[in-house]
Amino acid sequence: MLILTCPYCGVKAEETELSPGGEAHLKRIGPDGTAADFEAYLFARKNIKGVHFERWRHAYGCGKWFLAARDTHTMQVYGTYKAQTAHATDEIVANARQARPEWVPDWPQASEAVVG
Amino acid sequence: MPSRRYSVFAIAREALRQHRGWTRAWTSPEPRDRYKVVIVGAGGHGLATAYYLGKNHGITDVAVIEKGWLGGGNTGRNTTIIRSNYLQDPSAAIYDKALKLYETLSQDLNYNVMFSPRGLIMLAQTEHEVRGYRRTVHANALQGVATEWIEPARVKDLVPIINIDGPRYPVLGGLYQARGGTARHDAVAWGYARACSDMGMHVIQNCEVTGVETAGGQVRAVNTAKGRIGCDKLALVVAGHSSQLAEMAGFRLPIESVPLQAMVSEPVKPCMDVVVMANTVHGYMSQSDKGEMVIGGGTDSHNAFTQRGSWHHVEETVRALVETFPMISRLKMLRQWGGIVDMTGDRSPILSATPVGGVFVNCGWGTGGFKAIPGSGWAMAELVAQGRPGPLAAAFGLNRFREGRFIDESVAAGVAH
Repeated sequence: MLILTCPYCGVKAEETELSPGGEAHLKRIGPDGTAADFEAYLFARKNIKGVHFERWRHAYGCGKWFLAARDTHTMQVYGTYKAQTAHATDEIVANARQARPEWVPDWPQASEAVVG
Repeated sequence: MPSRRYSVFAIAREALRQHRGWTRAWTSPEPRDRYKVVIVGAGGHGLATAYYLGKNHGITDVAVIEKGWLGGGNTGRNTTIIRSNYLQDPSAAIYDKALKLYETLSQDLNYNVMFSPRGLIMLAQTEHEVRGYRRTVHANALQGVATEWIEPARVKDLVPIINIDGPRYPVLGGLYQARGGTARHDAVAWGYARACSDMGMHVIQNCEVTGVETAGGQVRAVNTAKGRIGCDKLALVVAGHSSQLAEMAGFRLPIESVPLQAMVSEPVKPCMDVVVMANTVHGYMSQSDKGEMVIGGGTDSHNAFTQRGSWHHVEETVRALVETFPMISRLKMLRQWGGIVDMTGDRSPILSATPVGGVFVNCGWGTGGFKAIPGSGWAMAELVAQGRPGPLAAAFGLNRFREGRFIDESVAAGVAH
């Protein structure tokens, strides 16, 4: 039984209380995007076996959308965070890396951003 | 060395010498450095692809490589249902081709796959389903696939243990395909493996693929647990792990992997000689030759690779089936398991060339691949041998997503298969 903590209302919700919304952080393609970009946005999915970021809605609770980091192979939950976030929090990244040292986030890290 | 033909005479001969003359059905060779075609995935679809490459196209320089054991993925985890009552024309064509090949598969392979065309009913338990299935019956009539709409009394006649009165899930009728049924899933994989081995192909187990080597947009080799294996053409036929293999080759697929569950009861005396599917309640049931009630359940809503699935789906499935089949309320369940199914947005498969030259994919069969194995192998072999799809695979290309030519089977295939 999958249990996620809603970052808005703090309720520990089991999966029948939630509805899934698929892969998180998809970038919407604007008017100047190509057909290939739009196809990728609509259909191509990472379908990660490992650390997966995904959208959930606390459907039978507060009703809000939030994001979760979950391991699709071990079912370990690394954490949940609010939907209005560009990427997962440092704490979630640390949790994921503890379980999977070989995993690296696919967005620029704070330290790299400072250097760059 | 080709294996000996199985026959009643072979059994008699072996009976006279204490069964000491049986040989292994297929060989377990070490891989060579190079093959003309490498197929990743020795499940039903991969082995069938290899078989028809040899039989229909004369290509026998083929290796089928498998990370686990033969037929140990979804081929050994499904509920063995075979039917072809789909709504769209391309689906009806490929699934009915598969059903026709199943009808003579034991003879073709000289291996008893225990195909049992016992008939199949898809129950309509809501007004919406009544309309949907009537529409499917009409579509099937135009496609030349024999199905019929049957009234509740006929359902009761075919399935005496059913409760058609509800109240929660009354049976309002059913979509009946008399040619549908079941087959022994392991035997399908074993029969194809034996036939491939006899043609000189290599079936290599315990050999996980770790990378795909390309040069100039063309496939060169696969790196595996047993070393580098060169190839001219590569076919990825790995169901739930299609996205992982595609990533190794450098492209993405419109696929998401979710667990689909099934369970099986203790064996009981024969009580139901048709396959019954109840899609509204996410449950389907048939009785195996051993007497077990084989029950298929629902898919998880979220991506996972766990091969077990969420507990509440078991409850959901059993709760509904107990009302429809009151006698199963006293049965103990022996086993419950999950398989990782590869879902596409339109619930139809992908048989396609890919952005990488020489790489072909056969995936996206989702919750219902077993029934399609021979047809899928037939169409995939044609695609791999000729480099372009034949009539069966033409509509199932990857480009259908960009072009909006979906083959929408979410009604026929949304849950149960």
